[in-house]
Amino acid sequence: MNKLTVTASPHIHSGASTRRIMLDVVIALIPALIAATFFFGTRVLLLTAATVSAAILAEMASRMVMKRDTDTIYDFSAVITGLLLALSFPVSLPVWQAALGAAIAIVVIKQMFGGLGQNFVNPAIAGRLVLMFSFPVALSAVWTPPLFGSAADAITTATSDVVTTATPLALLAEGAPLPSYWELFIGAHAGSMGETSILALLIGAAYLLWRRVISPVIPVTFIGTTLLIVTLAGEDPLVHLMTGALVIVAFFMATDYVTAPMNFKGRVVFGVGCGIITALIRLFAALPEGVSFAVILMNILTPHIETLTQPKAFGQKGGKD
Amino acid sequence: MLMRGMRKAIHKFRGGAHVPHHKDTAELESVRMPAPATVVLPMQQHIGAPCTPTVKVGDQVFVGQVIGDSDAFVSAPIHAPISGTVKAIGPFLLSRGVSVEAIHIESDGQETLWEGITKPEINNKADFLKAVRASGLVGIGGAGFPTHVKLNIREGVTVDTLVINGAECEPYITSDYREVMENADHIINGIRRVMEYTGIPNALIGIENNKPKAIALLAEKIVAGGLEDRIQVVELPSHYPYGAEKMLVYATTGRTVPLGGLPHDVGVVMVNISGIAILDDYLDTGIPLIRKRVTVAGKAIARPSNLIVPIGTSIQDVVDFCGGYNVEPDKIVAGGPMMGAAKYDGAAPIKKQDNSILCMTSDETFAPIDEPCIRCGRCVDACPMSLMPTMIERYARLDNPEMLKKLNASACMECGSCAFECPARRPLVQYLRQGKQVERKAVAK
Repeated sequence: MNKLTVTASPHIHSGASTRRIMLDVVIALIPALIAATFFFGTRVLLLTAATVSAAILAEMASRMVMKRDTDTIYDFSAVITGLLLALSFPVSLPVWQAALGAAIAIVVIKQMFGGLGQNFVNPAIAGRLVLMFSFPVALSAVWTPPLFGSAADAITTATSDVVTTATPLALLAEGAPLPSYWELFIGAHAGSMGETSILALLIGAAYLLWRRVISPVIPVTFIGTTLLIVTLAGEDPLVHLMTGALVIVAFFMATDYVTAPMNFKGRVVFGVGCGIITALIRLFAALPEGVSFAVILMNILTPHIETLTQPKAFGQKGGKD
Repeated sequence: MLMRGMRKAIHKFRGGAHVPHHKDTAELESVRMPAPATVVLPMQQHIGAPCTPTVKVGDQVFVGQVIGDSDAFVSAPIHAPISGTVKAIGPFLLSRGVSVEAIHIESDGQETLWEGITKPEINNKADFLKAVRASGLVGIGGAGFPTHVKLNIREGVTVDTLVINGAECEPYITSDYREVMENADHIINGIRRVMEYTGIPNALIGIENNKPKAIALLAEKIVAGGLEDRIQVVELPSHYPYGAEKMLVYATTGRTVPLGGLPHDVGVVMVNISGIAILDDYLDTGIPLIRKRVTVAGKAIARPSNLIVPIGTSIQDVVDFCGGYNVEPDKIVAGGPMMGAAKYDGAAPIKKQDNSILCMTSDETFAPIDEPCIRCGRCVDACPMSLMPTMIERYARLDNPEMLKKLNASACMECGSCAFECPARRPLVQYLRQGKQVERKAVAK
């Protein structure tokens, strides 16, 4: 007889795999990528190719340097970081800057802290923030209008090589007129490539919820808290929902397993915290958008949130009877 | 549809796993396996003190004769399942890595009943508990806790409900189901007797709804006996692990066993459904627990079966009786695929607690690969005890008993739901056992 396999129980498995989960997230981002290409042109694909390949190469190179196995490039996690990063950029960003952002996200934020599962903040958000502080104009002052819709004509600045307009959140801050709700919903307005089409993002989010890759707790509490506060402050919640990066960040970045709490109560605290910080930045800070800061701050608090909200064990005093 | 004599579960527990059922052997009637040439009986087939052999090498032994016993309260005697000669008494390695003595008996081919077998005489509760102990009955659903200890309700503790565990939530296993289909009268009569002798007024039989025939049959017998005011079948959802003690108490009675507590704390005693039938048989005949129903299944076995095998029969003998292997098995598991123990070879004997032998091919089982934890939280969602398995793993590795205590590591019942769901395929149960060990050692200091 051949040698028998001896392992601890259980001896059967659900079939779930990390790779499949990551692949599902990639699939869920494809509608947003298509919408971005539709509204901002094929340069979207160029930038995406740059960030995704930079992310994979950076993962491979850094792991080779650290003498670790490089098979991790096949788990799709670097692909997600590259994709999310690209979708968070303005379409006019120079390719080398986009690739640099992806490399920083993977090498500094992910691999230096121990690779998959060990990063303490979301790599894509951290990569974007590093770029924002390094190249503030390219990342937050140059906004290309969409190819279609009323915003396409609303050109406010024209220089020799770039055409820029204002994002709806910036317009909102100035009290200027906004694109229609429908245009905001389908994505025909200026903004980061992947954040504008709420329709495409919701299709992807629905897929992730259906596949049970994400739980709705964080997105619902995050978006709900943000909208509640801006409504109380007298602003239009629909505009706040459909402009800026609230939807893409709430569904695709705040739900990042590694950097968000695993338990229900912790997720509620995390989502509400993200929502409060986002709303406060949007309402009171000099920046028009605050989702990235909100998520990264809550990422840092995650271990503490998790410890403080540890669920009561079955039958433990103070728990549910 | 609810008939008389049955009702639905009161509560559903949180978490658990949607395991596949694989109850392919359900309609295979049990076959009595003849005595094998030799049997091996480890002196520990229960939780508690190991037994000391009461026979010597060379002794002639007969079916049902006591061959190992202990003075300890938490223990249960071990009996010769076949007649023959004691060939050897030597060390035996249990699957949890502890060595105990084991008695090897060579069959004389006669299966002669021991002349000391007598029907127990029972006049009061003390007689009854003595008889339960003498029957050698332990929790044959897996844990092996001596039944007489459970039924010995302390002064001042009120137990009002006897819960009979017929959930059989583990995939593949159909031995309890066959017990019900072939032995329903013994089950009902056994329940009635336990209630009578211990003074427990009510009984609830928990069975998952993927066994509708068993539920209907028992309900019918209850009604036929006019017992529906005192005994009821509770139809449970088919979800793993309804057969876990605390989950079953919660589902059938609506009561929550406190953390670190026992069913006694909420007025419940739980006995396995096959155990009840064995006990009833013992009270009628005086023949102790020497044979039991075992499901033999898995893709590698030529003839999947339900067998009534002498305890101590080697897995290899059982496999041979079932026509050998179709293909080489990758894993042999004693018990269910969620909680059973993988065996090193076919020489391992069937113990009182084993209710199945699974000969699994590599495509129906899996080996943990220990990819990095991505903190997806599936283990946290799956844990029926509401623990955080991946956190317990982390502090087990860090050898941190304080955090393990805070995380209630010792409450883990090793049901395996977390590892079943883990996309990184980490051997979480192994780490959880390590965590429990670290916590226990710190408490001992």
